Amino acid sequence: MADLAHSQVTAGHDGGTRRDFLILTAGALGGIGAACAIWPFIDSLNPAKDTLALSTTEVDLAPVQAGQRLTVAWRGKPVFIDHRTPEEIKAAQDVDVASLRDPQPDSARAKKPEWLVIVGVCTHLGCIPLGNKPGDDRGQYGGWFCPCHGSVYDTSGRIRQGPAPLNLVVPPYDFTSDTAIKIG
Amino acid sequence: MAVPPASSPASGYSRLIRWIDYRLPFVSFLEHEFTDYPTPKNLNYWWNFGSLAGIILVIMIVTGVVLAMHYTPHSDLAFDSVERMMRDVNYGWLLRYIHMNGASMFFLIVYIHLFRGLYYGSYKYPRELLWILGVVILLLMIATAFMGYVLPWGQMSYWAATVITNLFSAIPVVGNKIVTLLWGGFTVGNPTLNRFFSLHYLLPFVIVAVVGLHLLALHQHGSNNPLGIDTRGPQDTMPFHPYHTIKDSFGLCVALLVLAFFVFYAPNFFASADNYIPANPMVTPNHIVPEWYLLPYYAILRSVTFDILGIPAKLLGVVLSLGSIILLFFVPWLDTSRVRSARFRPIYRLVSWLFPIDAIALGYVGSQPPEGWVVTLGQVATFYYYFHFLILMPLLGKIERPRPLPISIGTAVLEATGGLSTAGSAERH
Repeated sequence: MADLAHSQVTAGHDGGTRRDFLILTAGALGGIGAACAIWPFIDSLNPAKDTLALSTTEVDLAPVQAGQRLTVAWRGKPVFIDHRTPEEIKAAQDVDVASLRDPQPDSARAKKPEWLVIVGVCTHLGCIPLGNKPGDDRGQYGGWFCPCHGSVYDTSGRIRQGPAPLNLVVPPYDFTSDTAIKIG
Repeated sequence: MAVPPASSPASGYSRLIRWIDYRLPFVSFLEHEFTDYPTPKNLNYWWNFGSLAGIILVIMIVTGVVLAMHYTPHSDLAFDSVERMMRDVNYGWLLRYIHMNGASMFFLIVYIHLFRGLYYGSYKYPRELLWILGVVILLLMIATAFMGYVLPWGQMSYWAATVITNLFSAIPVVGNKIVTLLWGGFTVGNPTLNRFFSLHYLLPFVIVAVVGLHLLALHQHGSNNPLGIDTRGPQDTMPFHPYHTIKDSFGLCVALLVLAFFVFYAPNFFASADNYIPANPMVTPNHIVPEWYLLPYYAILRSVTFDILGIPAKLLGVVLSLGSIILLFFVPWLDTSRVRSARFRPIYRLVSWLFPIDAIALGYVGSQPPEGWVVTLGQVATFYYYFHFLILMPLLGKIERPRPLPISIGTAVLEATGGLSTAGSAERH
């Protein structure tokens, strides 16, 4: 009986047996099935629909004077809105772009030069840089300064010094009128 | 009939116990592993810290389970539920302070235990997996402690969670997707708090399971000892009970005194005042520092301030920081010396003391704002940390000339205690 079973399963002509084939295909199918079954568990950890629904913020810019900086919340993060003065705009535009760690001209970061809209989260490890409140340390480039690990940003929110790898992020936003924006 | 003869394990117990033991050999298991279990005669007090760590783990789980009964894992309610625990819940302050300071105690004990292993070469053949399981426990402890620190939802909780989860953003290409996945949102928020609570409750039981494997591996070949030579028979060993049960009990009393001192007289010694301010996603505290037991890794993280070979400083900092623990997995193979104990390795003995000094220096650097000479000290200490494991350990095994090893533990003990008169009484047990 055992001899018969043995002769049947070893009858493959290219070295593999029917049993090898069944083990391989069943194992592969089971493995793929298990991998697919893991996905719902992982994806359940991604932002839920109600979290995604809270993703736009509208801001009235009319009361913000030149030189003032405003902080608003968007997706639970602070967004810095800077009504830049002509000197600040000039400082941001006069920089040699090629010399920057994350090269970006100021024109690519501000839809209207007098309004800079950036996410106020340091691109190093997520602290909130100082500089948006009167009296804050703005760092040597007059922009923002992160107290956690010492990153310095300029008046365009670009990284100039310290450990952060990237410029402060410009969120998606649109001017809904001359003095109002919708972020997100 | 079913009751086994008196000569079987668990003999000397009542018929009921023997009836049970014949079917479920629990009593024989305990006798074999915790009573008769042979331990080297010459273990010193450094060998107390393993069982001590186990007891602290139990204390953490017991206090943690009760605290969870009073805690609300919601970002709007968590902070207040912890304050209620402190003010209104009967003995809530005591349970929370034991849990908070117990975490520091746990790490202190485990770091001493780890240093003991490094000094006496406890990771060498045939205890490599025992050591590796220990490093796994350390990693699980760090993850558990970090998530526990987030639960009170104070300013430090929130910003520690932000900074640490942001470390994953250093991973090329998928980094930001992973961070969003960890958060369950666009910032650290309620979904993050919920999952951290779930995992903080789960991981201690995973630690218990790995501790079980750690003990299984330990009992396979028995404890290493200060001489680092193998036991050769009953003349080199003594039973765990009563000798180590009593010695460990004494050590436990001392440890509990230390814990009690902090719990009752300096409960917030290791805590940060900022964590008694509710979490505010719009304001970062001026000086973020982790708990003391994570400071060295934090210092390594911050010490990379420049890009190397096109690798961004941020990614490199994360890799070196995590690598400082991952490196421990390879210690059994990085150390090329066949002599276990540093007692017989004149150069390694010195070097093995430089290592904790380096770790403490890194801890100091991590606690300070990253300015001036502190940055340089951090860079030197980070370099030395890697130099110790990657250069000194493999090299010393090749060039160092070890001192002669004693013939056996028994003879070494007799020489140290001055002769055979004491030996007679020891052999009788």
